[in-house]
Amino acid sequence: MNSRKDETDPMNKEEIVEGKSSRRSFLKGLSIAAAASSAALVTGGCSLESLPKSREELGLKWETYFQENYRLMTQEEKDQTVERLTRQAKLEDNLDIHISSQPPREKVLYGYAFNISRCEGFMDCVEACVQENNLDRNAKTQYIRIFEMEPGKLDPSTGDGKYFHKVPVDDKFYMGVQCFHCENAPCIKACPVKATWREPDGIVVVDYNWCIGCRYCMAACPYYGRRFNWGEPSVPEEEITRQQHYLGNRKRMKGVMEKCTFCIQRTRQGKLPACVEACPTGSRVFGNLLDPDSEIRFVLKNKKVFRFKEELGTDPKFWYFID
Amino acid sequence: MNNSPGKGCTGFIADCSKWALTGSTSYKVYLLVLLAIIGTGAWAYSNQFRDGLIVTGMSDIVSWGLYISNFTFFVGVAAAAVMLILPAYIFKDADFHEVVIIGECVAVGALVMCLLFISVDMGGPLRLWHIIPGIGLFNWPSSILTWDVLVLNGYLALNVFVPLYILYCNYNNRKPVGWKYQPFIFLSIFWAVSIHMVTAFLYQGLPARPFWNNPLLGPRFLASAFAAGPAVIMMVIIIIKENTTFHIDPIIFKKLKRIIVISAIINLLMLFSEVFKEFYTFTHHSLSAQYLFFGLDGRDALVPWIWTAISLNIFGTLLFAFGPRTYKPKYLMVAAISLFTGIWIEKGFGLIVPGFIPSPLGEVIDYSASGIEILITLGILATGILIVTLLIKPALKILSRYKDFERQKLPSS
Repeated sequence: MNSRKDETDPMNKEEIVEGKSSRRSFLKGLSIAAAASSAALVTGGCSLESLPKSREELGLKWETYFQENYRLMTQEEKDQTVERLTRQAKLEDNLDIHISSQPPREKVLYGYAFNISRCEGFMDCVEACVQENNLDRNAKTQYIRIFEMEPGKLDPSTGDGKYFHKVPVDDKFYMGVQCFHCENAPCIKACPVKATWREPDGIVVVDYNWCIGCRYCMAACPYYGRRFNWGEPSVPEEEITRQQHYLGNRKRMKGVMEKCTFCIQRTRQGKLPACVEACPTGSRVFGNLLDPDSEIRFVLKNKKVFRFKEELGTDPKFWYFID
Repeated sequence: MNNSPGKGCTGFIADCSKWALTGSTSYKVYLLVLLAIIGTGAWAYSNQFRDGLIVTGMSDIVSWGLYISNFTFFVGVAAAAVMLILPAYIFKDADFHEVVIIGECVAVGALVMCLLFISVDMGGPLRLWHIIPGIGLFNWPSSILTWDVLVLNGYLALNVFVPLYILYCNYNNRKPVGWKYQPFIFLSIFWAVSIHMVTAFLYQGLPARPFWNNPLLGPRFLASAFAAGPAVIMMVIIIIKENTTFHIDPIIFKKLKRIIVISAIINLLMLFSEVFKEFYTFTHHSLSAQYLFFGLDGRDALVPWIWTAISLNIFGTLLFAFGPRTYKPKYLMVAAISLFTGIWIEKGFGLIVPGFIPSPLGEVIDYSASGIEILITLGILATGILIVTLLIKPALKILSRYKDFERQKLPSS
């Protein structure tokens, strides 16, 4: 158990931070040297109408291109980064947004439970998630999938994930899946550049600016928990959720991976994830596993719970339960 | 020879470029055709670069396709150079020594293709510097992909260095010094095995994908590589023998044939073992195999491919096993092409795509490559062929010049 924990322990920062200062000064030199050449590089990837309009915009683009992995930044650098991204959103898309770099709360480990005897398959959670997390409307990206299940089966792969009819249907039950925020997550192990990791509060996140888009994490995930931006994602301007987090619902680019973050922009402020709040049947329970008085702890203690593909040893922080 | 022997580094580069780029009209046409295919591929890639991977046939369910399939196969072709290097340098087999350079050039071409296939598969190619150790963040040893980066680039370096050194010495009419390159030969033999095992581990280590999560995957990769790789090398040698004056002893075909037959039979045996395991006791882990061989939920895009592949595989193996004893270029070419194509389909498409089907949530969809994807793939294949050509042509020239030089030296000494 201990050795397994070491491998995925998000607090194992010494190893990550090692050689940080030399790397940073190198990068600084590199960014100056490459500034001239990358002008062509950065603009080369854009179509004509999105050509940078000002010197400031171009400068910010370079800085963002050469920014380091979010996990290596000090809190001060994180703050500067989100400030820059906020400014870029204003310059590039004329959007007034707020991007947070709020760190994890102390003594918090998030857990999630899903009541399969109560869910009736309305999919309000899916809708709320799409809105809250600024999911790509072109590709109709969804973090949450709801499966209509036959009685007697507990594996979503035997259910129907594309139903389109009036719910609930007699003699069926409903099972939601999303990223399970595994403690021993195969996706984290797979990533060649450490662009995805587990935060100290248990949320598995992606640094969109660091991801190279190789999709090895996607192949490694046994739960279909990750989504890739095959094209340029788009959200109508009036529907954009403006309260954002660097690791959460901020703008994604084409060619990067994304996933459920337990609505990190909400939960780190003490709110519930959008799906939990939206659920009309109260099937979704979310809370702090380290708090003995939390609802999630009550469920784990008093209900019959199980997890999906327990045999893979991924140790998800997502349980199903039966009333 | 009528060429005045050049000297030194600049002469080497100048002469090699000259020998690589000059030739008959048909040779020039051949180079131009390759360049045209590469150009089309580059144009297709510019589209993919602008619009994203959405222009491919891939999706969240089948998230790797033609690129990664070809990558996997050509790692095998690269690794197969060891089947010439081992007898040539370690067992001092004089016949293999004559053609070992061809194997090494094929390996370089195959490795460049592998690296290109990986690069075009990236969602953020401009962010690829994140994977460079030192300036990026290299998730080693945890991520098998980082191992693959190391072994592929290392093998490329080995396969460039050793032949380059030997050719450079021969160009300057010197005998290469053993201790300067032989340690690297030993290293490259282990390295060849490692590039293919590590690539297999990339898939084999994922419990999320039961179709790949199979301890036989690595060994079977090697067996199929040692059949398909020498088949490619045989094709190249036949083309050289039929089109140039470079001397190739027919005995080499007999020896290559023996390697191919043994590897192909071991490969078929392992294939049979896998098929038996999947179908004798059908579990829900066998669904991918069911999809591949017979179709699932009415989806059967891969079924014709896999049966074509298996037929070609068996046909090629039989041709090699029961062929005539003398050198028959057309016969050998047919055998090599069938075996090569069979393994190409089976180990590329037939291995990568069904790993994703059904998805972890049980969804079954078909994948087919888009036009852009096919054009990019053809462009990369043409790049590989171009590189092999441009390397082999001057290499053979230097070798035959050096042979003449040695022959002239003999009577006088």
